[in-house]
Amino acid sequence: MAFVELSGTSLAYRTRDGEVLALDAADMAVEKGEFTAVVGPSGCGKSTLMKLVTGLRPPTAGTVSVAGERVRGPLKIAGMAFQNATLLPWRTVRDNVLLPLEIVKPHRSRIRSHRREYEERADAILETVGLAGFGDRFPWELSGGMQQRVSLCRALVHEPELLMLDEPFAALDAFTREELWCVLRDLWQEQHFTCILVTHDLREAVFLADTIHVMSARPGRILHRHVIDIPRPRDLEILYDRASVDIIHTLRHQIAGVRQQ
Amino acid sequence: MSAVNTERLAPWIITIALFLLWEAACILFDMPAYVLPRPTLVLAEMWNFKGAILLNSLQTLWTTVAGFAIAVVFGLALGIFIGWSKAIYSGLYPVMIGFNSIPKVAVVPILVLWFGVGTVPAILTAFLISFFPIVVNVATGLATLEPEMEDVLRALGASKLEIMLKVGIPRSMPYFFGSLKVAITLAFVGAIISETIAANSGLGHLMLQAQANFEVPLVFGCLIALAILGIAMYAIFALLEQRMTGWAFRSGINAG
Repeated sequence: MAFVELSGTSLAYRTRDGEVLALDAADMAVEKGEFTAVVGPSGCGKSTLMKLVTGLRPPTAGTVSVAGERVRGPLKIAGMAFQNATLLPWRTVRDNVLLPLEIVKPHRSRIRSHRREYEERADAILETVGLAGFGDRFPWELSGGMQQRVSLCRALVHEPELLMLDEPFAALDAFTREELWCVLRDLWQEQHFTCILVTHDLREAVFLADTIHVMSARPGRILHRHVIDIPRPRDLEILYDRASVDIIHTLRHQIAGVRQQ
Repeated sequence: MSAVNTERLAPWIITIALFLLWEAACILFDMPAYVLPRPTLVLAEMWNFKGAILLNSLQTLWTTVAGFAIAVVFGLALGIFIGWSKAIYSGLYPVMIGFNSIPKVAVVPILVLWFGVGTVPAILTAFLISFFPIVVNVATGLATLEPEMEDVLRALGASKLEIMLKVGIPRSMPYFFGSLKVAITLAFVGAIISETIAANSGLGHLMLQAQANFEVPLVFGCLIALAILGIAMYAIFALLEQRMTGWAFRSGINAG
């Protein structure tokens, strides 16, 4: 059984105008340690997928299972990062990174008595994303790209088995975005967590992912699955190779087709 | 003179200018003192009655602060309760609005009926009039928590209580401290309303007596004493706000 598995999963929201089907009988399987990207036109229920996998919302039909167990409530192990860094302005960068450790077991009961050890841990992960020495700063003193790095650190500091990313680089400028692709690539290479990245940037998906799922417009359905067998380690140059360009082209074509329906 | 100095001095300059204008207008239009006394006359009268003014100011200050303290405790608790969930928020909010729409002047006679003339109705009026902004601000701070932040914590297995303690409550603190400076001035108004209706002491009572005796300059003296007290209390809580939640006043420090 795959690490993350959706079978026949649907979600309908109840709104004033009746029921809206956000996700329609989606099937998806992500192996342990796999990096998958989900791409699709805007409003296709990509974020709904995130909520279902993390157990923040129960599906209205079908099942979701993670690590061999059916998801019946919030996961308790997943790291998440969003388009906005959502850092807490009253905490320093280091304390922001430490936030998950104040909640997840077994750290929550140790963090007070082993403060130093945990601070070093936060500093170590900040260093891996190029933010050595920024621990005592406040989030608002950092640029958008740096804040997003902190957000990634916060999502990964408790070494989750599953990382969920919802368009984490969408608000950044092109150069910063590419920089952060490499940061994420290196983090994944090192920790090998299972990662689900929701994005609308096809180059981002090809550069980072092992597999790409293409979704249809609302109601969201998973239409295609591509395996990206570009060898690793990858650097940004591969995006200009024939193989990558071909995949991006195909993806573009498929999404354009979906949009016209 | 540097720009900072000008900014510091501006309130004093404006105040003095206002008083000069007042004085000049009284002389120019030959105002009788029983209609609008000149500020110099008012200040002289304040000096004559300095003992009474001081004593009654202390009484008003005490009822204000006591009512305000109750309002802080009660307002914070109710605000957290209301902000806890959407259902409680939408259920209690209309009731709160209804309660707040009742003029507190109308409540004082009832309080007098229950507790008699004196300090207790003043404290309770101060409390009733000042807890509302605290409740609304705290509840709003909690209710506007970013859903993404909540998702991050819930996906880690955080309980509602933990989300409140780690994010909700610290996040609503700027709203809370912001509401305190509004609440303290309202509490002050409440105390004086009650004192002018039913009390044996306090600035409101003194003012009423002065009016009954046709000592118009003293009435104005009391008004000035009220203004000074009000400004002082506002300033204290504005300072407290900046001290406690400096992170929310970060514009100007940062690069973006």
